[in-house]
Amino acid sequence: MQELGMAEQGSIRVSRKDNNVVVIEKDLATEEMVLSMGPQHPSTHGVLKLECLTDGEVVTSAEPYLGYLHRCFEKHCEMVDYPGIVPYTDRMDYLAGMNNEWAYCIAVEKLLDIEIPRRVEFIRVIVSELNRIASHLVAIGTYAIDLGAFTPFLFCFRDREHILSLLEWASGARMLYNYIWIGGVAFDLPADFIKRVSEFVDYFRPKAVELCKLLTENEIFVKRTKGIGIMPPDVAINYGWSGPMLRGSGVQWDLRRNDPYSVYPELDFKVPVPDGRFSDIGDCLSRHIVRALEMEESLSIIEQCISKMPGSEGFNPRSAVPKRVRPKAGEVYGRAENPRGELGFYIQSDGKSTRPLRCKARSSCFVNLSAMKDLSRGQLIPDLVAIIGSIDIVLGEVDR
Amino acid sequence: MSDMEEGRVLPQSVQQSAAAYEVVREAFGPAVSDFDANEFMPFFEVLETEKWQDIALFMRDHPRLKFNYMACLSGVDYPAEEKLGIVCNLESLGVLGHRIAVKVKCARNGGSIPTASYVWHTANWHEREAFDMFGMQFTGHPDPRRILCPEDWEGFPLRKDYAVQESYHGIKVPY
Repeated sequence: MQELGMAEQGSIRVSRKDNNVVVIEKDLATEEMVLSMGPQHPSTHGVLKLECLTDGEVVTSAEPYLGYLHRCFEKHCEMVDYPGIVPYTDRMDYLAGMNNEWAYCIAVEKLLDIEIPRRVEFIRVIVSELNRIASHLVAIGTYAIDLGAFTPFLFCFRDREHILSLLEWASGARMLYNYIWIGGVAFDLPADFIKRVSEFVDYFRPKAVELCKLLTENEIFVKRTKGIGIMPPDVAINYGWSGPMLRGSGVQWDLRRNDPYSVYPELDFKVPVPDGRFSDIGDCLSRHIVRALEMEESLSIIEQCISKMPGSEGFNPRSAVPKRVRPKAGEVYGRAENPRGELGFYIQSDGKSTRPLRCKARSSCFVNLSAMKDLSRGQLIPDLVAIIGSIDIVLGEVDR
Repeated sequence: MSDMEEGRVLPQSVQQSAAAYEVVREAFGPAVSDFDANEFMPFFEVLETEKWQDIALFMRDHPRLKFNYMACLSGVDYPAEEKLGIVCNLESLGVLGHRIAVKVKCARNGGSIPTASYVWHTANWHEREAFDMFGMQFTGHPDPRRILCPEDWEGFPLRKDYAVQESYHGIKVPY
């Protein structure tokens, strides 16, 4: 501990510790206390344990402990065929199954070098943008609950239910779809599906505005999130942040735009970043705003897809699905923009086997969470909850 | 590489990676291998493992490289070569936009790789994960613990010759 120059004034003692935390001691000597938050804590969104060192109300360090949901996804991958991995990816980020499957399929398709039918691409964009909205609704709803607002949660889950019904109609499952296959999709969209989707888009537009009024512009919510957990853009990049977390720090980076895949180059959408008028750039509120704005962008992407999508005459969703997936020897790193950031798959193939030699999932939450220790230093305990909520972790993906 | 000599036109992204590689090659010479210009994941290998940290810092800070973003770090087991390794996917995010992959290898038993977590913070947890799954040491790592498996777990699950332990605290493990 290093004493600051102005120390020793009466009974007040100011000191600075190695990690730059200023400690103010009054009359009573304060002691650091270890406070274990989790694994079963409602605001950790699953089973995450944070071991906090607290000095009164101030958190001096919060060390995350992971692995409570670890299933060794990567070991399983070495034991099943390439198409058999698709259902496993659903179980990583279970709130955005479609996006996970798609990221995995992108990686394998890159290695196989196959052409995907155009209608399949549009189907994939529609279902994963729907899934992105559903995922952001959970993120926003549970974030509101963390900060003590219950009504937005109910609103979010009511609207999410419509999306889950739509996806269930298309794939047969509510959350773990196994719908996007390597080279295609499992089934064509049901008749009238597109009609229902456009009905949903019309229904949801005003609801998104309502949600903004109820939560994003709510004074209590703003007071709890504005200026809390600020992450400067260069540090965010150094920490490997991606998705809404990185955009919340003001970096206009979206893989759909910057490393485009599928039909995204044909679609017109904005990459929302906070402009600093309503929030401090890089704080919890910015990250929340990015998610709220992204939902509206997803709606417009879906609308464009509906108008551009080729018809279903003579369409076979499995026409490009290979009978036997045996990529040539090589390595690939394929990635896609998930609701939580960049989900990447590093796949190594030996060219002989129908199983990958190595399949590593680069999980976006895992990387985003790794900044937790620095982000929480010097924050108050209630703000710690606001920070974890804003990272929007899904422990299934963190632990894999 | 031979690919270029055959006259095949490389995609633009691979050309950019090749240009970036040339800068590294110029500075470090024999410490890095030749450039593998495949179009899935162009990469080069660091042959002198102990120089990895210098190369990493050089790649992050050189004005023509600016690899400020480590997208992924994957541990890999090479049982045939008796080696373990890491594969780092680097990218210059928002500055130059090029990408490249770097491989670093070490001996399979008791091998170690210099840590890159002071160069890219994100490497901290990735390296902990690679250690957890493969068992290579990262010298100078600020927090060299397991991350996903329990502290007292035996063996390194993603090694090709891994055999799961019979029991863990009285619980039968293989099912």
